[in-house]
Amino acid sequence: MMKKTRREFIKLAALSGAGIAAAPLAAEASAPITANEEAVGMLYDATLCVGCKACVASCKNVNDMDAAPAPNDADRLWDAPEDLDYRTRNIIKLYKDGEGDFSYVKHQCMHCIKPSCVSACPVAAMQQEKDRGIVFYDKDICIGCRYCQVACPFNIPKFEWPKAFPKIVKCDLCKFTNLKDKGIPACCEVCPTKAVIYGKRDFLLAEAKKRLAENPGKYQKEIYGEFEVGGTNVIYIAGESFSNLGFRELEFDSNAAFSENIQHTIYKGFVAPVALYGFLAFVAIKNRKNHHGHGHGHDAKHEDKHGSEK
Amino acid sequence: MALHREKILTPSFWVLLTFTVIGFYCIGLRYVMGIGAVSNLSDGFPWGIWIAYDVATGTALACGGYALAIVIYIMNGWKYHPLIRSAIVTSLFGYALAGFSVMVDLGRYWNAYSFFMPSRWQVNSVMFEVAVCVMAYNVVLAIELLPAILERFVHSTNPRFPKLKEYARKIYPKLDKVLIFFIVLGITLPTMHQSSLGSMMIIAGSKLNPIWQTGFLPVLFLINAMYIGYSVIIFESTLSSVAFGRPFEKEVRIIAKVVPYLTAAWLIIRFADLYYRGHLSTAFSGDYYSKMFLAETLLIAGGAYMLTWKHFRMSPRWVFVSAVMLCVGGSWYRFSVYIIGFNPDKGWSYFPSLPEFFITLGLVAFEILGYMVLVKMFPIMPNLEGHKKSA
Repeated sequence: MMKKTRREFIKLAALSGAGIAAAPLAAEASAPITANEEAVGMLYDATLCVGCKACVASCKNVNDMDAAPAPNDADRLWDAPEDLDYRTRNIIKLYKDGEGDFSYVKHQCMHCIKPSCVSACPVAAMQQEKDRGIVFYDKDICIGCRYCQVACPFNIPKFEWPKAFPKIVKCDLCKFTNLKDKGIPACCEVCPTKAVIYGKRDFLLAEAKKRLAENPGKYQKEIYGEFEVGGTNVIYIAGESFSNLGFRELEFDSNAAFSENIQHTIYKGFVAPVALYGFLAFVAIKNRKNHHGHGHGHDAKHEDKHGSEK
Repeated sequence: MALHREKILTPSFWVLLTFTVIGFYCIGLRYVMGIGAVSNLSDGFPWGIWIAYDVATGTALACGGYALAIVIYIMNGWKYHPLIRSAIVTSLFGYALAGFSVMVDLGRYWNAYSFFMPSRWQVNSVMFEVAVCVMAYNVVLAIELLPAILERFVHSTNPRFPKLKEYARKIYPKLDKVLIFFIVLGITLPTMHQSSLGSMMIIAGSKLNPIWQTGFLPVLFLINAMYIGYSVIIFESTLSSVAFGRPFEKEVRIIAKVVPYLTAAWLIIRFADLYYRGHLSTAFSGDYYSKMFLAETLLIAGGAYMLTWKHFRMSPRWVFVSAVMLCVGGSWYRFSVYIIGFNPDKGWSYFPSLPEFFITLGLVAFEILGYMVLVKMFPIMPNLEGHKKSA
């Protein structure tokens, strides 16, 4: 009996495991991700940024965001955000290395071509525009699970931690505000040095490559966002190495695509779960027949006897 | 059927009640003041122990019903029937705990009904799959438990509810006929969502340390759930033998035989994957992450190795010890995937706050409390009389 049990157990484990185990292998042969022709984004050139933070102020103004006072600002007069949080969708930071060597850098949502947050969201509160590729958020659907935060490789979506009725906050390229009204995101509109510009991704990428080619000594060779996690619609060029500017070194494959491939391989057409159910039902019913007489209802009978004895 | 007349208001009842009250007080705070006020969660670590323990690990610890159902209905011709009910009750409570915790953890809990609106389903999301599966499994568990509840009324000698007895007598045989289809569903659903609990972290990419980040997470989580499930049955069975003065259930030894095979398969996949991805040296580099990896691996491998020896399998004490090792090691692995191995970027760190602990503790206490009351009121535990006869 035990021998049979063991063999059958291994058979079962193999069956249920095979589909799941095969998934990552199958998932590797996925199609490369390409941006839509109509995709829009931003190009930030760190060498042009003067750190005036007009973009931060304008973003807050246009999108009706609260001020983030500095810790020692008892009068709460100044908006001095230290980093992105639920009050700040867009920020300028300063990197400084010894004397004279410094660079500003802007952080906000990268608007990935294949966004992890959209892929992760169980209720489609995080969405991506089909044509323009803008990643935006709908608080009326969101359940606040924060899986988007876990999934985002850039740690961009922020959560209103101190609030009893919180929501997720992130840059949506002014989709509902400035972009809708004036056809340009607020930060790009107000930038006095054109350090950040808005446009179609194709154009921005060509522009970035042109600047790199014209001034090879001034820039890093890399265009951040060209390939990272499958490419982003917001791209960066800078004179400092991107790791110094607070960017993680990221894989070129999209985690979202990999995760979806595995999940879709396992659940394709719902064949595997149905097959598993069918197989298990077949075995279980066969077993019940074999065990007839000692099978189900066994306990009830005993308990009847038990009861009458008492 | 004699009614179970064990005393309910025992000292342990009051201890558990105290923890439950503290826990629910903290839950109250969370709803009034926000999640940030009671927890150490942050934008870098948006998930803490409520997800890592209550959901990701708690449901694995609640896999007793699942693991046992595989043995009883699929592999072994319905033989170990006596153990299944207490395992199903534990599963139900464990999964209910997960459900409770999710409602505490969800920031916009009032929108949770979205899961019942097909127009809002986002089928690419691993979490969507997990959520729907877990909710369905809770229903299936409740149906699987129904016969025990009905029996209570079928055999009731209390004349106060004659209608209930009549209904129970009518429903019971009908339910008995179709129950098998729910039981099979009760095996399919955990197979799906336990593997998906592993898939959940794949999308975190390099935020999860390469020792744990792999495309094999789903299969690792599935097998992990199985051996944790069996270990929990051993653990629980041994404990209740002591607590209720029942004889040591000998089926436990047979279950204990299956565990090393599962664990061996798991370890082989684990190490082959590390080798294949070139991270075997990362796992043995001796840094913090490596130590965590070694701890979980040693507990799992050690516990399973003990069970390969008949000498240990025959001893209630050692079977218990190895079950504990497997539960702790297996849970540790899940913690590593959800918290320990998770590093979003420089400058972020997470350790649960006191209220976070109290909420989890309170929910667990509440769960045990409910379990204790239920097993004392309904015929959940193996029927000793029948047990001896069939043995």
